[in-house]
Amino acid sequence: MTALAPELKVTPLNQIHRKMGGRMVDFGGWDMPVQYPAGTITEHLRTRMRAGLFDVSHMGEINVSGTQAIQFINRLTSNDASKLIDGQAQYSALTTPQGTVIDDLLVYRFGPEQFMLVVNAGTTEKDWDWIIAHRGDEEVELKNVSSEYCQLALQGPEALNILQQLTSTLLSEIKYYYFTEGQIDGIDAIISRTGYTGEDGFEVYAAAGKAEQIWNRILEVGSYGTDEGVLPCGLAARNTLRLEAAMALYGHEIDETTTLLEANLGWITKLSKGDFIGREALAKQKEEGITRRLVSFEVTDRGIARDGQDIMIDGERVGVVTSGSPAPYLKKNIGMGYVPIEFAKEGQQIQIDIRGKLTGAQIVKSPFYKREK
Amino acid sequence: MANVPEDLHYSKDHEWVRVDGDVATVGITDYAQNSLGDVVYVELPKPGETFTANESFGSVESVKAVSEVFSPVSGAVAESNDALGDAPEKVNTDPYGDGWMIRIKMSNSGEVDSLLTAAEYEDFTKAETE
Repeated sequence: MTALAPELKVTPLNQIHRKMGGRMVDFGGWDMPVQYPAGTITEHLRTRMRAGLFDVSHMGEINVSGTQAIQFINRLTSNDASKLIDGQAQYSALTTPQGTVIDDLLVYRFGPEQFMLVVNAGTTEKDWDWIIAHRGDEEVELKNVSSEYCQLALQGPEALNILQQLTSTLLSEIKYYYFTEGQIDGIDAIISRTGYTGEDGFEVYAAAGKAEQIWNRILEVGSYGTDEGVLPCGLAARNTLRLEAAMALYGHEIDETTTLLEANLGWITKLSKGDFIGREALAKQKEEGITRRLVSFEVTDRGIARDGQDIMIDGERVGVVTSGSPAPYLKKNIGMGYVPIEFAKEGQQIQIDIRGKLTGAQIVKSPFYKREK
Repeated sequence: MANVPEDLHYSKDHEWVRVDGDVATVGITDYAQNSLGDVVYVELPKPGETFTANESFGSVESVKAVSEVFSPVSGAVAESNDALGDAPEKVNTDPYGDGWMIRIKMSNSGEVDSLLTAAEYEDFTKAETE
């Protein structure tokens, strides 16, 4: 007897992915397309040059409302939610008392008493349990609304022009890390100028039942099927795009063993905003100085660094690769990983232990890729 | 549907073998390259290195993953396809032609008989995808 595989969760676009030839994989319990027939490199390049469409409906949404919503969010997260204005979004993190990371997330402010947290798919349940367990005295109402929403990301230099054909909202008026409530193809949607690719673009949240319509209409007006049209992109391209932009991926660069300061996330660590879970530990670490830091590296010899491989200096293991991959746009082999602080400087020569073969690499400036504005 | 040429022999690790006298040319199948996705790096042995049947002789890397490639037969490497160093994508575009990997001078050409025929390999991949 073999145990039955646990049933994978599906997004509202699961059938569409299959119909479009998506290669489906188990991604943290979700049945998701890792790539479509065009292939990861083409999907990646199309997003950099034109536009790519991603189903990110597996991500979680948690509504936080009430007269003390800001106080509650500020006690559980590291960034300062009191700085947000209506229609603004903020990158932040749920932190442990040690200053390590339960999850990274986006905080959306709809109104002074109405917020939405957007969290990672694989951690949604953990985050929800953590949030409930750390409920304090604040007057606040919490609701896990993950299954009610679909989320589509349209990314790339043509994203605005494509999406504009489906909405009367003037998209160019939405600034980076702001959002508005409008309609896409007549469907109520949250239209957010955010993303995880290093490109300009939008993330659209709408009722789960409307996912197929929005997906199909974006492909239609985006000239899907032509050489310069929008392409649906899988998780593999999403990963290589975010890695070129040196954005952290939960479970890789950040987790419950890495502090925000070690992960270069001091910019979302607002120690002076008042108390929050992990503040004390982070303040202490800031004062004493971190002993290791997340760095970006390029492999200079032939070879591709992969997640989990050892980083070596002078024959000694000094750290681990948290993400390693070919970079399709930069045409280099790149990665990120932690090294002791004394080595965390540009130009530092390191070696990656690629299946027993010590391969030369060099710490470089982060991010690897930055779009021209 | 993956292309499976009639005149080749196949391994269960998804390599193909073309026999010419006592020299076997080895590559990975169309099915294998399709499962891997875009091939970005191929590591091959140098001429003279010897391998026994089913031993790993190199690796093929896609954007997402690295896979070992196994020699379906025993022998010494006569030639490696150096062109894959600059053009690894040939493994995707022409797996049975320009995408070949090594030529092996077989030490026991009888090993070829234990490999799968085209029809057997097709059944094998069908069973694997079901």
